[in-house]
Amino acid sequence: MTPKREAATTAPAPTDGTRGTAAPPLLDATDVRTAFHTPRGAVRAVDGVSLTLSEGETLGIVGESGSGKSVLGRTLMGLITDGPGTTVSGTVRIGGKDVHALTPAGRRALWGTEVAMVFQDPMTSLNPVKKTGTHLSESLRLHLGLGRADARDRAVDLLRQVGIPEPARRAGQYPHELSGGMRQRVVIAMALACGPRLLIADEPTTALDVTVQKQILDLLRSLAEELRMATILISHDLATVAGRTDRVAVMYAGRLVEYADTAAVFDRPRHPYSSALIASIPRLDLPPHTLLPAIEGRPPNLLHPPAGCRFAPRCDTATDRCTTESPGLTAYAGERDAGGLVACHHPLGAAEEAAV
Amino acid sequence: MSDLAPRTRTAFPPPLLIGAALAVVGLVLLVFGATTPQLVTPAKAAVALLGLGLLLAGASRLGKVWAGPGFDVVFWFGAAWLLLLGLAILCAPWLPLAEDRDVASTVAEPVFATPTFTGGHPLGTNAFGLDLLARSLYGARSSLLISLSAVALGTVVGGAIGMVAGYFQKSVDRVVGIATNSLLAVPPLILLIALATVLQPHLRNVAFSLALLTIPGMVRLARATTMAYANREFVVAARAMGAGRTRILLRELLPNVLLPVLSLAVVMISVLVVAEASLSFLGLGIQPPEPTWGNMIAEGEGRVFEEHPHIVLVPGAFLFLTVFAFNVVGEKARGRWDSRSVKL
Repeated sequence: MTPKREAATTAPAPTDGTRGTAAPPLLDATDVRTAFHTPRGAVRAVDGVSLTLSEGETLGIVGESGSGKSVLGRTLMGLITDGPGTTVSGTVRIGGKDVHALTPAGRRALWGTEVAMVFQDPMTSLNPVKKTGTHLSESLRLHLGLGRADARDRAVDLLRQVGIPEPARRAGQYPHELSGGMRQRVVIAMALACGPRLLIADEPTTALDVTVQKQILDLLRSLAEELRMATILISHDLATVAGRTDRVAVMYAGRLVEYADTAAVFDRPRHPYSSALIASIPRLDLPPHTLLPAIEGRPPNLLHPPAGCRFAPRCDTATDRCTTESPGLTAYAGERDAGGLVACHHPLGAAEEAAV
Repeated sequence: MSDLAPRTRTAFPPPLLIGAALAVVGLVLLVFGATTPQLVTPAKAAVALLGLGLLLAGASRLGKVWAGPGFDVVFWFGAAWLLLLGLAILCAPWLPLAEDRDVASTVAEPVFATPTFTGGHPLGTNAFGLDLLARSLYGARSSLLISLSAVALGTVVGGAIGMVAGYFQKSVDRVVGIATNSLLAVPPLILLIALATVLQPHLRNVAFSLALLTIPGMVRLARATTMAYANREFVVAARAMGAGRTRILLRELLPNVLLPVLSLAVVMISVLVVAEASLSFLGLGIQPPEPTWGNMIAEGEGRVFEEHPHIVLVPGAFLFLTVFAFNVVGEKARGRWDSRSVKL
């Protein structure tokens, strides 16, 4: 978007999705743990997650409600930090800077310009008494030091870029005068305003109509490609992640259970949880009134998570080892390309692959 | 198809005519009741009140024809009264008013002259021959100046404290909460009397004491509103865009808190006009001969009110109309702003 950014992104250029190049990754999170201290004990919402993301790469984080997706997103960004009531450990580096070691002012300088977030509910993530144009121009003036008129022009450009018709008129309107889809476009424009290199979209389509969902997801994808921006797409909906991300991290009870290329996960899931999730997607070719395969039981209480594998109580293939020894996230051997990781003692083999 | 067409009701006589007729009859009755010296006082009042009622009904009909069914005649009367009073106060030195405070120059003037609505003393004179219209207008100057500045001070200070308490919470909020509650625990009139014994009774000090009364309410409202908005996602969104605490307070929360706080402020003006009048009535506010509505009403003490009711009724009417007008306008403003924030 800006000349500076073009130069920065063209240099390493890992375009084919392979990792392990000499350039440091844009996002490098190691053993991130976030715990909230409640009167009943510590809730470990994120429990040892490691992720890397290169320039221009797209990562999907999926998992059911309460699996720690949003907390992970906010911890990666530094919105949740170590403090009274919260413990954050591990390191998160964005563009080489340790987010959690920065001063609050240092973090604020990072937000908007390096990393930005698209929030879930466009009804509440816009200030009801501020015009849409003001939402955009304020951060432009804050971070880029633009003048009043320049910021307004840039705000109108941004609104046009996210596909809002009549951007000049819309910039003068209040959020309640816009539809839900329009508002989410404004929220996206806000996140894009200062040209971040990493965009974290936290369930950006949950509050929207199905037809609008597709538009917003396509918009996010095309903008990410156009601006060569790395994107983390957090969702509980596998379908939103399926065709739109390079890699997928499946989360369960605060941990990553599978972390691999999107096609590989959907094609041949290795973790029983991923497999069960994919199996529970409704399919058009099934006869009407077919019961969807559901996962029995409920997610564990994060106050007292089970020992061993957290999915073991709900897992069909669980053995005694699963209930005592916690599986690490390890690469699986086999015919698949390198880079796929799974946390399971008994990853699904060829027989299950054929069944799915 | 004809069912869908709006039914045109050909009313006879048309509402415009009824409205105009009612208004004219009302106005005539009002003027007749007020200016006819032959009638006894209760009869005058009855005729004038009847006229006022008819005038309001007529004006309401006229307004509805002119501005649609949403026309609120009481609001417009309130607004018109405030405008008229404001203009009269500003222009008081240039208006042809009789003497309002110099007792030496009114030796030749009639004492306790009753209101005639005409001539040199339209609203009558007091025990010293001072003109009641002039005194009411100059009294309005100090009454309104005191209450407006007290409300402004209370709103700014109370609003700021409340927002800070609501945003930072924890220990700041606890300290503010204790201070607010202890201020609320003292009966307001006792507090005012206590302050009046310590402070010189001039304009600035009275305004300061009254501002102290408005602060707890403002703190509570601003604190509650700030808390409600501080948990909304747009505050997190602003933070995620790199906004600091000051920016969030001023740019994100202040515009949201401003609307309810200003609505309360308008209503508070009328409360303080009454409070100032009470203070002056007790002799703790502005001192005579400097007129205020409160010390003018205080002149009716003893047997004066029984023999010359207009001494109390004239400033009382000014007080009543002004407080009423501020309330009506304030309510309207709050209704308008509240409905907007509810819609969002």
